[in-house]
Amino acid sequence: MTALGRMSIAAALNAGLRKALESDRHVVLMGEDIGRLGGVFRVTDGLQKDFGPARVVDTPLAESAIMGSAVGLAMRGFRPVVEIQFDGFVYPAYDQLVNQVARLHFRSSGAVRMPIVVRIPYGGGIGAVEHHSESPEAQFVMQPGLKVLAPATPHDAYWMVQQAVASDDPVVLMEPKRRYWETGEVGDEPHPLWSSQVRRSGGDATLVTYGPMLTTCLAAAEAAAEEGREVEVVDLRTLSPLDLDPVVASVRRTGRVVVVHEAQRTLGLGAELAARITEQCFFHLEAPVGRVTGYDLPYPPSRLEEQFLPDVDRILDAVDATFAPESDDRPGEVA
Amino acid sequence: MHPSAPGSTSPAHRDAFEGVDESDLVRLLTPDGERVDHPDASWSGTDADLLALYRDLVLTRRIDTEGYALQRHGELGLWPPCLGQEAVQVGTARALRPQDMAFPTYRDHGVAWVRGVPPEKLLGVYRGTDLGGWDPADHGFALPAIIIGAQCLHAAGYAMGVLMDEAVGHGADGDGAGDARDTAVAVYLGDGATSQGDTLEAMSWAAAFGLPLVFVIENNHYAISTATSRQTTVPLVQRATGFGIPGVRVDGNDVLACQAVMEQALQRARDGHGPTVIEAVTYRLGAHTTSDDPSRYRDAAESEYWEQRDPVARVRALLDATGGFATELAALDAEADALGERLRAACGGLVTPDLAGMFERVHVETPPELLEQRDAVVAWQALDTQALETGEVVR
Repeated sequence: MTALGRMSIAAALNAGLRKALESDRHVVLMGEDIGRLGGVFRVTDGLQKDFGPARVVDTPLAESAIMGSAVGLAMRGFRPVVEIQFDGFVYPAYDQLVNQVARLHFRSSGAVRMPIVVRIPYGGGIGAVEHHSESPEAQFVMQPGLKVLAPATPHDAYWMVQQAVASDDPVVLMEPKRRYWETGEVGDEPHPLWSSQVRRSGGDATLVTYGPMLTTCLAAAEAAAEEGREVEVVDLRTLSPLDLDPVVASVRRTGRVVVVHEAQRTLGLGAELAARITEQCFFHLEAPVGRVTGYDLPYPPSRLEEQFLPDVDRILDAVDATFAPESDDRPGEVA
Repeated sequence: MHPSAPGSTSPAHRDAFEGVDESDLVRLLTPDGERVDHPDASWSGTDADLLALYRDLVLTRRIDTEGYALQRHGELGLWPPCLGQEAVQVGTARALRPQDMAFPTYRDHGVAWVRGVPPEKLLGVYRGTDLGGWDPADHGFALPAIIIGAQCLHAAGYAMGVLMDEAVGHGADGDGAGDARDTAVAVYLGDGATSQGDTLEAMSWAAAFGLPLVFVIENNHYAISTATSRQTTVPLVQRATGFGIPGVRVDGNDVLACQAVMEQALQRARDGHGPTVIEAVTYRLGAHTTSDDPSRYRDAAESEYWEQRDPVARVRALLDATGGFATELAALDAEADALGERLRAACGGLVTPDLAGMFERVHVETPPELLEQRDAVVAWQALDTQALETGEVVR
């Protein structure tokens, strides 16, 4: 494999899916409008033309059927890669995902494997109508039997989609839709699959994030550096299982940590991360674990989303708060 | 590829477009604007009624074209055009009574118009300043469903409530009170929605409980890029048969036929005789939404075929042939222009709501912890204001 060069996350996913289709005839793609249209985000553009409508299947408009039929295909030896067109549309498929896909291996004492990939463009920031900007990842993380990946870069998008297809366990691939068109280098070698990565080094405080918020956190770290504060940024990459070794190592050095995600605050990933960081780093912490998240609202009308979603200012404010933990007056830090 | 492979009838590989089988359609007005008879349906309105329908069609189209243009000018985030589907929306909605309830999709701007929802409210949804913005009870018009098919079950439940209230079957009492009391429910859905479990479950529910519910399937031939042939291999109206629900297939671009079959179906519901499925055969002349590019998945010949079957032009042709409406038609042109101007002016005035105000919309009784988040937002906004005033970054 030679380096693919610079490309967008959408193009990297497309290239990765192409490799997966080439590698194994049992890999099949299913979803609404993924064939001739190439998907509403064009992530599957050209794949039906090259692999045929039997392997890149335009399905009827029925998310539960997409997910449920993937179970049967998997039992028949196929490796279905299903696209849920928008995050909010996963809920009609949720029953099949949590009651069937996630449990069949367990229920059959390992006899039945579910090598299914569920691709979900997720998150806000694109000015969309309702049900098109959701961040439901924690709901999959808390479901035993599912694994959850959250690529944030073209390199990871290219490799992780292939690693997900190769996995014999069901994998939910959360695709950061607002970052689909951001470009980056796709290199020769994937990172280890279930691992977090330090994206920027710094010794003063730690930001823990994933997916669409990585770009925002890196911008916040850049701004902090201009003010003389070095902030380390850890990209989780895998949400289930979690790889917290880089996080723990970082927090034990910095003593200050803020978790950032778009999803609502209560029982978002930040809650689990705060618990685990506290368990493993308690005697190194200089301040409570901070969280910058969406508010506990249904995703608001799109004209409000820039205020709803974490931004550089709110992240910097939360980092500041970790340097003044004795203060109770930290307005920006709440959510 | 083996012919039985699952993708073998994909729209990508379909044959060249050869027109649509119209043999079983209820039709009372031809594409050329000629009145025709049908053994099972009739439209007996006056000239004034005809003009009123035409007005609804023209103004619906104007709302739609203004919405489209406002999106193109960056004033809206998105617009799902109803272009080409005005007749089924207006005709069926005009058959509803004030006490009836309609459960729409996001494309039913014509139904919204007839039910008296100010079109500015629709602009707010697509501008991103609101998620709905009206009380369904005020208009007999629910908030549009974006999750495909979900509204069918809501309609079924509402219709159960109508039965529990004994609000059907009084039309024969003879005192006239039944007309004001008997209530029917209409649910609008597209061809794509017929594949959703929610839709089929709602049909099952409606049949089992004998609900006063009319399913109006607007078969516009596409679910985004996916042709109806991927949802069904038989006419969609046949979905009804298996549930034991009567079905009727109507020319969805014929406003007279749409109103006529809808009145029959609603009356059946009001009389307590149960649900009906109407398949209105129409065509989405525009894109799925302003984010869509139909040239990627359908041929120009197909759109041209349907442009010849325009639902508005055929009523105009009938009015022109009848003659004598010059004054009214000129006034309607002016009214449409005024409506367009009103919407353009109103759109810019749709202001972004205050995020702090959203917290008390979540529940009837707002939990204290949500109020704490609201207070944090207010404090944060105050810092922003302070920074703007002093020109300093305040953290």
